[in-house]
Amino acid sequence: MKLVVLAGTPGSGKTSVLLHTIRSLIKSGKKPAVVKVDCLWTDDDQRFSKLGIPVHVGLAKDMCPDHFTIYNTDAMLDWGASNGADIVLNETAGLCLRCAPYPDECLAICVIDVTTGPNTPLKVGPLLTTADIVVMTKGDLVSQAEREVFRERVLDVNPGCIIVEANGLTGKGAFELAEMVTEGPDVCENMVLRYNPPLAICSLCTGETRVARKHHMGVLRQLDGFMEYRGE
Amino acid sequence: MNEELTLTILGGVDKDGVPEPVKFVEVSKGEIIGIVGPTGSGKSTLIDDIEQLAQGDTPTGRSLLINGKRPDAVIRVDPRKKLVAQLSQKMHFLADMTVVDFLHMHARSRGKGPELVDRVIELANTLTGEPISPDHYLTVLSGGQSRSLMTADIAVISDSPVVLIDEIENAGIKKQEALRLLSGEGKIVVVVTHDPVLALMASRRIVIRNGAMMDIITTSREEQDVCGRITQVDNWLMSLRDTIRRGEIVEELA
Repeated sequence: MKLVVLAGTPGSGKTSVLLHTIRSLIKSGKKPAVVKVDCLWTDDDQRFSKLGIPVHVGLAKDMCPDHFTIYNTDAMLDWGASNGADIVLNETAGLCLRCAPYPDECLAICVIDVTTGPNTPLKVGPLLTTADIVVMTKGDLVSQAEREVFRERVLDVNPGCIIVEANGLTGKGAFELAEMVTEGPDVCENMVLRYNPPLAICSLCTGETRVARKHHMGVLRQLDGFMEYRGE
Repeated sequence: MNEELTLTILGGVDKDGVPEPVKFVEVSKGEIIGIVGPTGSGKSTLIDDIEQLAQGDTPTGRSLLINGKRPDAVIRVDPRKKLVAQLSQKMHFLADMTVVDFLHMHARSRGKGPELVDRVIELANTLTGEPISPDHYLTVLSGGQSRSLMTADIAVISDSPVVLIDEIENAGIKKQEALRLLSGEGKIVVVVTHDPVLALMASRRIVIRNGAMMDIITTSREEQDVCGRITQVDNWLMSLRDTIRRGEIVEELA
């Protein structure tokens, strides 16, 4: 069994890239299944269902969607196996840029939209820096020079990654991606995350809604960057 | 630059999946080849296939060969080794950076030194009316300024042996000068165009319809003569345009 974790900011084209990649996987005789994780609502499952493959939706609701993804990884793999799949593709919600829900023995793919400008790779954090493959989308909307500058910035923060230029509309890049998915690692027992989740637990995490600082406890970082622990 | 260079396009399929009539096009160093056809017929798609050196992995199923061989994957993706520079139809930059910062980054991505940056700006300013300053933000440049900068950037920084040009006539810049600048010495130039001057400056032109390469026309002696005559007309029109831009009066028929 292989696991692909696909992350990236909302609207970057994760679903479209994945749809084309799955078509290519099916063509080469693979048995992919998709788990789509989102926060509140999604209809992406209908787009995936049209490909005739097993699809499962996980809604994180009031949980952090990346945490939800991480501790449900086993469940996703079991579900995939019981549906006859040999590859589980997990499309994450892609909201918070602090977590990177990539286990070590998966193929980690980060999808990033070139039209957001060459400063974006510097802002995305572990989602991008710990990915195996970085997929640059919407490159047809900018000049070649802009694509190359963007690419250079991606390599600045993740020098070891493979960059694929993809187009969610035409399917450009899907063939390459499908090949890399096929050659990706097999999952194993006791996988660990590539990057630690946020260490802070504060009173907001437990439901505090008042804004003023005096109501907050736990590990807090001040505007000037100083970190403190307040509490018992 | 490479001693020998040929670019071969192996035909794929049209928009309906039917094999295209032209199965084989070979272009050699120093040649300018045109791509013509109605809007939406698939000219830019052919340009894209060439830009990414397609290996049967794009919707058209075309394959590209360099010197008769399949290119290495690294040539396809690494800008430092890239053989193909492309001037697309894009008229604007989206990057929120100054001209000088952007050009520095681009030079670095192509493995070139920062000394080229001033030359790009200088050259761009020979193609456009209002001068571009290094401190300008890319996003505030006009269409003509952006296209001039993209053109100069390709001539100086990208400097690849294959240059793809998509509809330079719509760019609001001096198109023949731009083409001369881009074609340089011994390059392969592929130009998508509706413009009779540019189309007839090419030695051959590929005709596209419904996504397929239908035919290749070699520019005849008669067409070359026509090209010379319409170039004069074109230059005259351009000088009139400049006269009007400068706020002067058009005085006589030249």
